[in-house]
Amino acid sequence: MRPDQLLHPAQGGLYCPKGDFFIDPTRAVPRALITHGHSDHARAGHGHVLATRETLDLMAIRYGEKFAGATQAIAYGESVEIDGVRITAHPAGHVLGSAQFELSWRGCTIVASGDYKDARDPTCAMFAPVRCHVFISEATFGLPVFRHPDAAAETAKLMNSLHVFPERAHIVGAYSLGKAQRVMALLRAAGHSAPIYIHGALEKITAYYQTRGIPLGDIRLAKEAKKADFAGAVVIAPPTSITDIWSRKFPDPVTAFASGWMRVRARARQRGIELPLVISDHADWDGLTAAISATGCEEVWVTHGAEDALVHWAMTRQLRARPLHMVGYGEEENEGPPEEPPAPEATP
Amino acid sequence: MNRFAALLDRLAYESGRNAKIRLMADYFATTPDPERGIALAALTGALSFANAKPGLVRALIQERADPVLFAMSYDYVGDLSETVALMWPLPEGAAPPDHAPSLSDIVHGLETLPKRALPGQLADWLDGLDDTGRWALLKLITGALRVGASARLAKTAVASLGGIAPDEVELVWPGLAPPYLDLFAWVEGRAPRPENLDPAPFRPVMLSHAIEDSDFLALDPAAFTAEWKWDGIRIQAVAGVSPEGEKIVRLYSRTGEDISPAFPDLVEALDFEGAMDGELLVVREGRVQSFNVLQQRLNRKTVTAKMLRDYPAHMRAYDLLVEAGEDLRDQPFAARRARLAALIARTAASRLDLSPLVPFASWEALAAARADPASAGAGVDAEAVEGVMLKRADSLYLPGRPKGPWWKWKRDPHTVDAVLMYAQRGHGKRSSYYSDYTFGVWTQAEGVDTLVPVGKAYFGFTDEELLAIDKFVREATVNRFGPVREVLHEPDAGLVLEVAFEGLARSTRHRSGIAMRFPRIARLRWDKPPREADRLETLEKLLGPVG
Ligand SMILES: [Zn+2]
Ligand SMILES: [Zn+2]
Repeated sequence: MRPDQLLHPAQGGLYCPKGDFFIDPTRAVPRALITHGHSDHARAGHGHVLATRETLDLMAIRYGEKFAGATQAIAYGESVEIDGVRITAHPAGHVLGSAQFELSWRGCTIVASGDYKDARDPTCAMFAPVRCHVFISEATFGLPVFRHPDAAAETAKLMNSLHVFPERAHIVGAYSLGKAQRVMALLRAAGHSAPIYIHGALEKITAYYQTRGIPLGDIRLAKEAKKADFAGAVVIAPPTSITDIWSRKFPDPVTAFASGWMRVRARARQRGIELPLVISDHADWDGLTAAISATGCEEVWVTHGAEDALVHWAMTRQLRARPLHMVGYGEEENEGPPEEPPAPEATP
Repeated sequence: MNRFAALLDRLAYESGRNAKIRLMADYFATTPDPERGIALAALTGALSFANAKPGLVRALIQERADPVLFAMSYDYVGDLSETVALMWPLPEGAAPPDHAPSLSDIVHGLETLPKRALPGQLADWLDGLDDTGRWALLKLITGALRVGASARLAKTAVASLGGIAPDEVELVWPGLAPPYLDLFAWVEGRAPRPENLDPAPFRPVMLSHAIEDSDFLALDPAAFTAEWKWDGIRIQAVAGVSPEGEKIVRLYSRTGEDISPAFPDLVEALDFEGAMDGELLVVREGRVQSFNVLQQRLNRKTVTAKMLRDYPAHMRAYDLLVEAGEDLRDQPFAARRARLAALIARTAASRLDLSPLVPFASWEALAAARADPASAGAGVDAEAVEGVMLKRADSLYLPGRPKGPWWKWKRDPHTVDAVLMYAQRGHGKRSSYYSDYTFGVWTQAEGVDTLVPVGKAYFGFTDEELLAIDKFVREATVNRFGPVREVLHEPDAGLVLEVAFEGLARSTRHRSGIAMRFPRIARLRWDKPPREADRLETLEKLLGPVG
């Protein structure tokens, strides 16, 4: 049996013909498995959605209660069967509720990992490698220059800046689902006990993290604070807000950005960032290659990001590998480069 | 080294002057001797190495990493040292060394190691450093270390440790040497002030503010004198006699960097004793050359006989700070200027002359002179005039940038409406955007109007404009050549760019016969059909007579 009889890329995402479902489809479909709540993976309007409880809750927060015709929750380690295909969820370590889906049928096992990271993150369950024949990996940071430093060391840079500039607000750009809450947890672990101020766009998701038992300390809305409160305070906002009009109300702000892209200087400079923090919710190069090796897979399919380098690496390790050229992923987080659109027809 | 590298990295991102001072002061306050002194030397440009060529760095990474992965990474990052610093892997199975080399270790090593030992030592250092440390080390050894702070700012940070005025540090600076133990001891109150015995010390320079239209209302033209603002390099020439009776002449940049070794022709010619402020220019056959020509002499540690012959250096003086041991800085500008004129009249040095005053009775008259320097006294040197300088006749020579006494009034940049012809993908951060633009203007060729490329620009636009041009390029592609796309450029279809530039030069390398200096995209003219863009003849008029 060829693995792509079980799962193959199709218009709109990865498709399982046997079970007639898609994984993270980019258009509305009758039946979808959703790996996690980032909106490039989790879209509204599907007939039926299978995902973890947290992912379903986060989708409801983002899209309203009626985001899908019907929903079904699956826990880590739990299996369900759809038309003979056995589906098991495993933690992906990317954000709260993120899952890898293990698909088994007639002795063939494929793991679709969605987005994942193998670094420790107090705000979500740790990535667990799953033995499989085919491992489907993202490659957001699929170049060997991306080797994320220890997140605690990056947090120490922010703490040091607060110490050198105690009168300046430190505005940290962080994606509103996952990264923002992880930065809060990192600051708490580094001993920062002062209130952390947030942009309104982070309010509901942050509150949801807290209801799931993740301690984030004293979190306050920036719009309800006075200017004087921001001296030496950390303010967390979505990446698009840190340099727009919203940021003007803060006293002489230090502009920070928590993202794996900050590893490359030109990229930080392009955004006018003063304090780049290399904190990523995606696996770095070492993480990608270690995860692939840990699954013991014979074949790697690479979904989105820098596919070519990872495919090249896999081949040097005697693994079959192919890029899937999936489009529509990696943009929602607003921290990656825009995808190259399909080539336009030549203008006559 | 890691800590120093982290400081450099942070300085590169921070734009605020005071913030930079605070970051450096924090580093000096928390780093022991002699490490901080070596760091101060690196920050002030007193240390420079160029032990390794980029080829050595390439060879090192080729030994450690898969060449295909290196090529892909380099293509993405766009900077060799940064790529190698970021991807540098430990040998497979090796544990990271437990000791990171200090800046002092590295500087000492670079000064003493035989050349053949360098690659091996370099690999060991790279293994021991973090990615920022590796980046700074590779920049240092390839001579490409750029410090995001001036020497003046670094000295100001040292001064702030002890609440000392930065000029006090400037005064003692020329007599000091790395690792500056006596300097730190003095600012921290542990030792007396070091004595400056340098016979030709740098004096902190006085700078001007850019004048705005609204400023003129408050200014009385009768209180000011005007001079041409020359498009060269501001220098301070200092000449003195050492205790041994030897004549010492030094040329300093405006930040106090000693640039004498690059200009032996000028150093040799200066025959006065004192400190003089002026513009470094290249003068050939009695005529000031453009900045493009001067550029051939800049940023060089050594200079060839051919360069000396082809690009003779010249100083056009405009102020006198010290004459024969007498400090003139607390005298009014008019008095200093008179002393300067008298000194220049006595000098035998043909490479030294006086920057002439521009007479004017009203701001309108000065505006007219600024618009047409050739007719207002600059004559054949008009092309090297980039505006006028206004100085109050009663202004004392105050270090720094005091607001009020000195103003600069630059000429407006030239602009041209040109048509986008080709676009190329950028490098590094911009590798997913078409961000390098070739643009052209109309000319007649065989009786037909066609566009001829006149320049390339890759900045000046906002992020939103970049996205808009990128979208246009993708939609209007008519041809592809590798990373380059030719875009639609017909009389009635295409994109007109308003391009600002500083000047034009004749060029045989370009089909149009001209080269643009410092072109950048000023505005996108979506409103303008390409047929209304400018013509080559308009640009040719700006060139003036062939010469
Ligand atoms: Zn994601
Ligand atoms: Zn994604």
